[in-house]
Amino acid sequence: MTKKKPEKNIAVNIFFEEMSKRINSRNEKRSTWQSLLIPFLAIITGLIFGAIFNVITNVDVYTAFKTSFIDGLALAWKTVAVSYSALFKGAVGDPRFIIEALRSGDKVIITRAFYPITESLVATTPYIFAGLAVALGFKAGVFNIGAEGQIFIGAATSVFVGYYFTGLPAYIHIPFALLAGAVGGGLWGFIPGWLKAKTGGHEVINTIMMNYIAFLLSDWLLRGPLRRPDTYQSVSPAIQKSAELPRFFPDPIRFHAGFFIAVGFIILVYIFMFKTTWGFNLRMVGVNPNAAKYAGINVGQNIILAMTLSGALAGMAGAIEVLGVNHALFGAISSGYGFDSIALALLGNNNPIGVGFAALLFGTLTNGATKMQMDARIPVEIISIIQAIILMFIAAPAIIRTIYRLKEPKEQDQLLAASNLGGN
Amino acid sequence: MPPVLEFKNITKVFPGVIANDKVCFSLEKGEILALLGENGAGKTTLMNVLYSLYQPDDGEIYIEGEKVTFQSPCDAIDKGIGMVHQHFMLVPVFNVAENVMLGKEDVKAGGFLDIETTAKKILEISEEYKLEVNPYDLIKDLPVGVQQRVEIIKLLFRGAEVLIFDEPTAVLTPQEADDLFVIIRSLAKQGKSIIFITHKLREVLDLADRIIVLRQGIVVGETTPDKASKNSLAAMMVGREVILEIDKSPAIVGKQILSVNNLIVTDNKKQVTVDEVSLDVKAGEILGIAGVQGNGQTELVEALTGLRTLSSGQIKIEGVDVSHSTPRKITELGVAHIPEDRQRDGLVLPFPVLENLVLCTYYLPPFAKNKFIDWKVATRHAEELKKQFDIRTPSVTTLVGNLSGGNQQKVIVARELSRPISLLVASQPTRGLDVGSIEYIHNQILNKRDEGVAILLVSPELDEIMQLSDRIAVMFRGKILAIIPAGKASKEEVGLIMAGIIPDALSEFAIN
Repeated sequence: MTKKKPEKNIAVNIFFEEMSKRINSRNEKRSTWQSLLIPFLAIITGLIFGAIFNVITNVDVYTAFKTSFIDGLALAWKTVAVSYSALFKGAVGDPRFIIEALRSGDKVIITRAFYPITESLVATTPYIFAGLAVALGFKAGVFNIGAEGQIFIGAATSVFVGYYFTGLPAYIHIPFALLAGAVGGGLWGFIPGWLKAKTGGHEVINTIMMNYIAFLLSDWLLRGPLRRPDTYQSVSPAIQKSAELPRFFPDPIRFHAGFFIAVGFIILVYIFMFKTTWGFNLRMVGVNPNAAKYAGINVGQNIILAMTLSGALAGMAGAIEVLGVNHALFGAISSGYGFDSIALALLGNNNPIGVGFAALLFGTLTNGATKMQMDARIPVEIISIIQAIILMFIAAPAIIRTIYRLKEPKEQDQLLAASNLGGN
Repeated sequence: MPPVLEFKNITKVFPGVIANDKVCFSLEKGEILALLGENGAGKTTLMNVLYSLYQPDDGEIYIEGEKVTFQSPCDAIDKGIGMVHQHFMLVPVFNVAENVMLGKEDVKAGGFLDIETTAKKILEISEEYKLEVNPYDLIKDLPVGVQQRVEIIKLLFRGAEVLIFDEPTAVLTPQEADDLFVIIRSLAKQGKSIIFITHKLREVLDLADRIIVLRQGIVVGETTPDKASKNSLAAMMVGREVILEIDKSPAIVGKQILSVNNLIVTDNKKQVTVDEVSLDVKAGEILGIAGVQGNGQTELVEALTGLRTLSSGQIKIEGVDVSHSTPRKITELGVAHIPEDRQRDGLVLPFPVLENLVLCTYYLPPFAKNKFIDWKVATRHAEELKKQFDIRTPSVTTLVGNLSGGNQQKVIVARELSRPISLLVASQPTRGLDVGSIEYIHNQILNKRDEGVAILLVSPELDEIMQLSDRIAVMFRGKILAIIPAGKASKEEVGLIMAGIIPDALSEFAIN
């Protein structure tokens, strides 16, 4: 079972829902320049606040301040420097080590030098899928908090197909297992979508409930039908070799083809949302359901479609994780990807490409955090604080504008330009 | 004696827009001053500056010769300035006296409310100014015209000397509007000073002692009704000559397009709002539906366009039964719909102009091929419509939400009228638009009529109905009371039917 506590998230999530609505309307008006600048400044500010928390939670710094102010300051600076350089080394790699490794030409050393950055990409992959899932939902006006549960279900169905079917060639087995993940997750999204369209039941409540069902269902599966026969641990049988996503480098580098599939899906979702009639329907329903109805669109059907597709993408996050990294299902298969992806979709402005970059940031930070904990004994939770602060500033761009004295985007200018042309 | 109220060089700038630019005018005691201007000319901003909802960037306000600076609307009220808002600020479940006393309660010993004293004061006010009202009626039971009277009493109760009316006739029947004019004149006679904000030319000429015209935040003219005409005022408002009288050729009526039989529709609260309505519209004619807003017109239009399921009855378009068809099916039969609330139903504001121009046709060739939308074709289409319908937008990729109301409406009109249609359902097509845009949209509708399109026009603006319609159906409490050929009834007579009274002269057109 995951250690995530969903009940803590309800209030937070409803807050997000409100914020995201405001952001949606505001973002459309925001100039392109600011839509890039604000996340960037939010990240910087997040890191600064992370540093402050880092310092004030460090007992040694207090002791040093007792001896002298200079000592305290020096140690505070050192703490921050050590932790952030560890974060960087853990996330991207140690530049010096990389150069040395390249000079030496030794394969094993090079592999070790590039290990951190490849691990970051491995962590990015499920974030991309989960982020796309939530963003697609947002665009269609539904708030899918159920990505976490859909990831579990997707992982379970994918693992089942992965180990149960034998003798399939990889080019059939892998797509089949991925599809199974999409179907599982899609079903988990379809149910709250259908409930919303037919009964008006709010998807926020229903996806949260579906999360519980998913967690406990996968728990039960792992103790019962899906348990590996030769063990008492809650772990599924390993998938067949033919279902494993190809890796490109020798162990311990786990970088796998899933990353490229994820990038492919960014493009696919982008085309779907902005170039097809289906995407246009979804976006119209998302922004103005009344106008969508007026334009002859079946709003209910599109809500169901959006939730199903969103669930399918989240399910693929789970599938990619088991097929590419773990090769089996166990309780901690997702460490909150589904919940983080809500934040991530907001950070990426619900745009597939933006989600890609946001996923890269989250993947990198999460991966670097482990190294930071080992090297600098900084708790991983600092990363959660940084992520939370980044998000807070994204959600409330006014704060960032005040801190950095940015001007409001000049939407009025455009208005004036339009009215000066002579309309009323 | 100094004027009751004087504005000197009031300037209010919003980012990128000068809402008021050095506005100067004064208001004498007992005078009715009309503030005329198009939407967005800065009338409301000016009054909000007076009411201290905005702080002016420059300029001074004098009350009886004394310079004032208000910190909050309460200061303005204390100085005897009161405003009757377009949307009433009343508590529906309270009675008249409770509403009037709210915020300035009379109390008995021990802090108990003293409704009797308030009621007595209300009766005194109502006698003095001929504002008939029963202090113990609940607001929700009162017609709109009486609710407005309560608003006025509220101001007088607080000792207002200057009364500002913001578009007060927008929600009234013609008769109620006439009653209001009588009240306003009597208020002025008793020494109250009135500012009357409007964009309706007729009202200004009927009522005002003096007229000030605002355009783009600047006072462009000052005149009196005896020196002005509708045309000269419209020209001042818009800044160019405007043709107000519509030159309309007689209708060449063709085959029946729309026929509605015994239609019953309920609203969201399951109340019957369209009650056994039958009507038909033929090709080449305009059937106007007159009626005060909220008498079932909205639900009728929604039922006709497939947006609302009907309880019983039948709707046929060119012989095809569409009683239970989807909006898309109805659109595909050649029905265009200009919805009542353009921002709610007609447009997706955060979408660009070009996407809004294909809102109903994006899934058809040439815009879509195999589910892929060709945005290049849609852009070209938008460029053409922009030129043809004179949509004033910096580009077709500008978000519709950034356009002015008139241009937003043009986007809808362009979209709906540019495709082949046989029936146009136009619901309040000129709501909230200025004279120039109204002229344009009326001409577009008439052109469609002359091309042989059947047109159902719904509007609470009687002038609009009278000008455009070939036949007029009057709706009252969900029923169509009469269908009258244009020219057979005067505006006053139609106004009476709108209030539920059919004059004897028109009894031959009555529908039972």
